[in-house]
Amino acid sequence: MTTVEIPTGDAPAATRPKTAARRSFVRRFAEQRVAMAALTLLALIVIAAVFASSLAPHPPNAQNLRNILKGPGSDGHLLGTDHLGRDVLSRLIYGARFSLLASVEAVGVGLLIGFLPGLLAGYIGGKVDWCVMRVIEALMAFPPIILAIAVVASLGPGLTNAMIAVGVVFAPRFARMTRDATLSVREETFVEAARSMGLRRSTILRRHVVPHVLSPLIVMTTVLAGVAMIVEAGLSYVGLGAVPPDSSWGTMLAGSIRYTTNSPLLIVWPGLCVVVCVVCLNLIGDGIKDSVGREARGKISR
Amino acid sequence: MRLQTIVRRLIALLPMMLLVALMIFSITYLIPGDAAATIAGDGATAAEIGRIRNELGLDRPFFVQFFTWLGNVATGDLGVSLTTGRSVGDTIVSRGPATISLGVAGLAVGVLVGTSLGVLAGTKIGSARDRFAVVGASVGVAMPNFWLGLLLVTIFAVNLGWLPATGYVGITENPIEFLRHITLPALALGSASAAEICRQTRASLGNVLEMDYMRTARMKGLPARVLVGKHALKNAASPVVTTVGLQATVLLGGTVIVERVFGIAGLGTTAIEAVSSRDIPIIQGIALLTTITAILVNLMVDMMQMYLNPKVRMS
Repeated sequence: MTTVEIPTGDAPAATRPKTAARRSFVRRFAEQRVAMAALTLLALIVIAAVFASSLAPHPPNAQNLRNILKGPGSDGHLLGTDHLGRDVLSRLIYGARFSLLASVEAVGVGLLIGFLPGLLAGYIGGKVDWCVMRVIEALMAFPPIILAIAVVASLGPGLTNAMIAVGVVFAPRFARMTRDATLSVREETFVEAARSMGLRRSTILRRHVVPHVLSPLIVMTTVLAGVAMIVEAGLSYVGLGAVPPDSSWGTMLAGSIRYTTNSPLLIVWPGLCVVVCVVCLNLIGDGIKDSVGREARGKISR
Repeated sequence: MRLQTIVRRLIALLPMMLLVALMIFSITYLIPGDAAATIAGDGATAAEIGRIRNELGLDRPFFVQFFTWLGNVATGDLGVSLTTGRSVGDTIVSRGPATISLGVAGLAVGVLVGTSLGVLAGTKIGSARDRFAVVGASVGVAMPNFWLGLLLVTIFAVNLGWLPATGYVGITENPIEFLRHITLPALALGSASAAEICRQTRASLGNVLEMDYMRTARMKGLPARVLVGKHALKNAASPVVTTVGLQATVLLGGTVIVERVFGIAGLGTTAIEAVSSRDIPIIQGIALLTTITAILVNLMVDMMQMYLNPKVRMS
């Protein structure tokens, strides 16, 4: 099925094909039920995190030592209480803030450091490419958690410090992806045409190269955002990320392990939240991958 | 000729290792004063800290310190722990085996479970077992390894009492106890890798099975076992090997937190303890060792690629 875009009279010529492409991307994405469901669920989680203070039934750190380790559904605590009598549901909702913030920080730092070098290395090539690739290779060798530990050891514990380190580990992955995508776009006829027209390099990059690099980059962003969430939970679990009174999902797990005999559900909820978020992010990534570009149209049915 | 290639690749790694060392050193250099302050203890005067700093050479320029450190590292001297006073090398040697066993066991779980599920799914794409594997892999990739560890401990150690919840026994001390202790941590550590390897095996095998030569082989009347086992798997292996190599880095990082869950006194636990006491030499040593191990594993993966894929060998 092809839709013919009727150009509206006043739209500037340059933006018309771009909006048309975007509209067909949205349509293709919306046709994928799984990806849409994942997007909806994740959107709900984001909303819950943003409006945590009005949505959570109790303050996340309100203790009630006379009402500890209660099972789900007991007097106003939908998911029960933990070992200090704090409402589990409220803490989970506030925990979403930490997880989402952590992944935004890590991915943001990664993109900030990785994108431009990758773009320039791919487009300019030569010595620039060689240097960037060597740094990429060295950084790629670090296991994320190891670098995070080294950074936390120097700067002190804290979610932001740890996530900056994770972002640094993500940077070469972004850089390499951007570089590889740029390399293939660089040889396209329309880039050559733009170059022969005498456009400035920055203009060519911005107008003709970046739009084509964006889609694989967005897919990678969703995947790495999920990785960041898992790393955040792990670091907070061992006490190197969010610090205990904060109700991050990782610290909630660390606090509950001693009570698994009587309240095994306490360790189920926070982990389940991580899994749901990460699965959603990955499904959204798959959905974007399948709805981008001309070549994707034929093979949506995987 | 083969040996020559390996040597050339090893030499090419040197600048990269230098860069890695520089990065690790720079990170821990961010707080030059603290190592001296840690040794001097609470209530030390500024003059005392200054004297210790001078003794440790912490007041010298960055690159002088870096190359001194690098020279020591090259001769196998990783420095001395600020808290225990033991040499970092000894600490790593005594704590390393637990981490290595865990990592190898995790990788074994990843490869065995991952490839078998991947083959089961990839040989019959679209079937019920394929969909089951795909869903399982999506969840497995998203599952934090330490959470899976907690669940496994709760179910199999605390409630069923089948396996011990914590601790580590060396394989040379008591092989049976070793297996009993390593099973749950290895499952926790390896499952995410298994999921990733399963995905890759499925996709790669699915592609290969659609090729023309596979159709020819099928029309020749070859039984499915020979078809997959002899023709398809070798050609599907190359991307899978790459994935396994990438997983090695993931597993090395993952051991840190899984060790903590299962109370295994390995390098990860040591590193976490070192963070709270700001024991910089330990951190440097462990970070350097893990990263270099990751680099060497990736080199080995590249070598295997050359063996498996003549196209890579030629370039």
